[in-house]
Amino acid sequence: MLPLSSPAQSVERIIREEWGRILSSLIRNLGELQLAEDCLQDAAEAALRTWPDKGLPRSPAAWLIATARRKAIDRIRRANRFEEKAKELAYLIALDQSEIDLEDPAAIDDKQLELIFTCCHPALEEKTRVALTLRTIGGLTTEEIARAFLDKPSTMAQRLSRAKKKIRLAGIPYQVPSEEDLPERLRGVLATIYLIFNEGYAASSGPELTRVDLINEAIRLARIVARLMPDETEVEGLLALMLLHDARRAARTDREGVMISLEDQDRTLWSSAKIDEGTQRLKTALKKGRVGPYQIQAAISALHVEAVSWAETDWPQIAALYDLLHRIQPSPVVRINQAVAISNMGETERALAMIEAVQDAFDKTGYKAFYLARADILQRSGETESARTLIEEALALAENRMERVFLERKLNAIADTKA
Amino acid sequence: MQYLCLIYSAESSGPQHGTPEFGPYMQSYMEFTAKVQEDGVFVAGEGLQPVMTASTVTMENGQPEITDGPFAETKEQLGGFYLLDCPDLDTALKYAAQIPTATHGRIEVRPVMVYD
Repeated sequence: MLPLSSPAQSVERIIREEWGRILSSLIRNLGELQLAEDCLQDAAEAALRTWPDKGLPRSPAAWLIATARRKAIDRIRRANRFEEKAKELAYLIALDQSEIDLEDPAAIDDKQLELIFTCCHPALEEKTRVALTLRTIGGLTTEEIARAFLDKPSTMAQRLSRAKKKIRLAGIPYQVPSEEDLPERLRGVLATIYLIFNEGYAASSGPELTRVDLINEAIRLARIVARLMPDETEVEGLLALMLLHDARRAARTDREGVMISLEDQDRTLWSSAKIDEGTQRLKTALKKGRVGPYQIQAAISALHVEAVSWAETDWPQIAALYDLLHRIQPSPVVRINQAVAISNMGETERALAMIEAVQDAFDKTGYKAFYLARADILQRSGETESARTLIEEALALAENRMERVFLERKLNAIADTKA
Repeated sequence: MQYLCLIYSAESSGPQHGTPEFGPYMQSYMEFTAKVQEDGVFVAGEGLQPVMTASTVTMENGQPEITDGPFAETKEQLGGFYLLDCPDLDTALKYAAQIPTATHGRIEVRPVMVYD
């Protein structure tokens, strides 16, 4: 059994779980994100004071909503905003005197989905979208988000408050985009979630183990969107992709936090539960016949986790999927991955030609990936000297200690094969 | 809510006066103006004389100091505006994207301040 968490911790967990739904419902009552958030924060603080001693209420969500509404009445009264908020105030008082505690869950779902589209609105900066989504939908505190992005809490607080101000003043609507705009806007939502995931994925190989678990947050957010938009296959595709990537978490780094490449990972450490869920979700999505970049990437990931070893991986299928991905979403990185798959099929010449064709597309930071892929192909075809030179070039570009250790190990491995 | 759509482009870009493309370009502006009027979102809209006609004034020690040219020398210049009354930013952005200059310039969309 897992160690029991303290009462305060479990209260915090419940609040976080319910945060996005409650906030959505409050925005509907109050018409404004900042006020809704302040009132929910008041209610959360009240919960933290009373629940650990008095025990949990029968419905924590209902308690939080009712308390937040009462706090809203107080706040509107104290701030002398009677006239401006007259309509909202009358409604809140009526709600408070009635017995209705939890509103129609389906209506709350609609509100939550609208709020997701607001947080990921293209008129907000990318990093702001990420932070706002984590705060309002994920229920993370400003401090936690600041820590995750290695920002000062005050800087993050300022970013969030500016964003909420822009939403209000610029009239960014709380609505699910029209059918015509939906594909593009949904791509923006999914990109935001994937950015959160990748931030966590990159951090989990570094020494920053204190950063909040952005991987789990991203997966949780994708589950929320998947539940709210069950017909969108790319949502399932993204969720599957993240689950399948995350399934390899325990095998990705050694005890010191140095990355282990897929080829050398201990496959018994992979999480079969996540692999099962990921492949299942992917299958369901693919059956609907509306394929997209996330589903293709998830399919590639699925082929990797289904293989018993690196050597017995279905490389032709992977190469074909990268080719399809490149047709939908052309990128030099996709070409590099395709080239590696082709080299694993034994077609070194073709692989090298493909990788050289995209060489010019890389800037200085992207060059590492290029050098490493090329070194990989050369090493497989026995050209160890050229491979060594390329890894040394990549080493010169390495940004942190973990990366250097990873590359030095690669160099040592080459030396060993020669000896 | 009112949104000011500021139309920016490099004066040397886009269809130029005296070329065959200029007529259809002006025509598309007239069509756009007719559309926003018909949709009931049009408040105002004008084109501006070229930036070489701009003068800038500021008060220095109680005296107006006048300089020739725009306040900032940038590649893209303010060439005109529309003031539109829209329910939200999404609607305003949708109209802004249809302003003919958007194909070779940029439209900055700013909500108008409400004093209450």
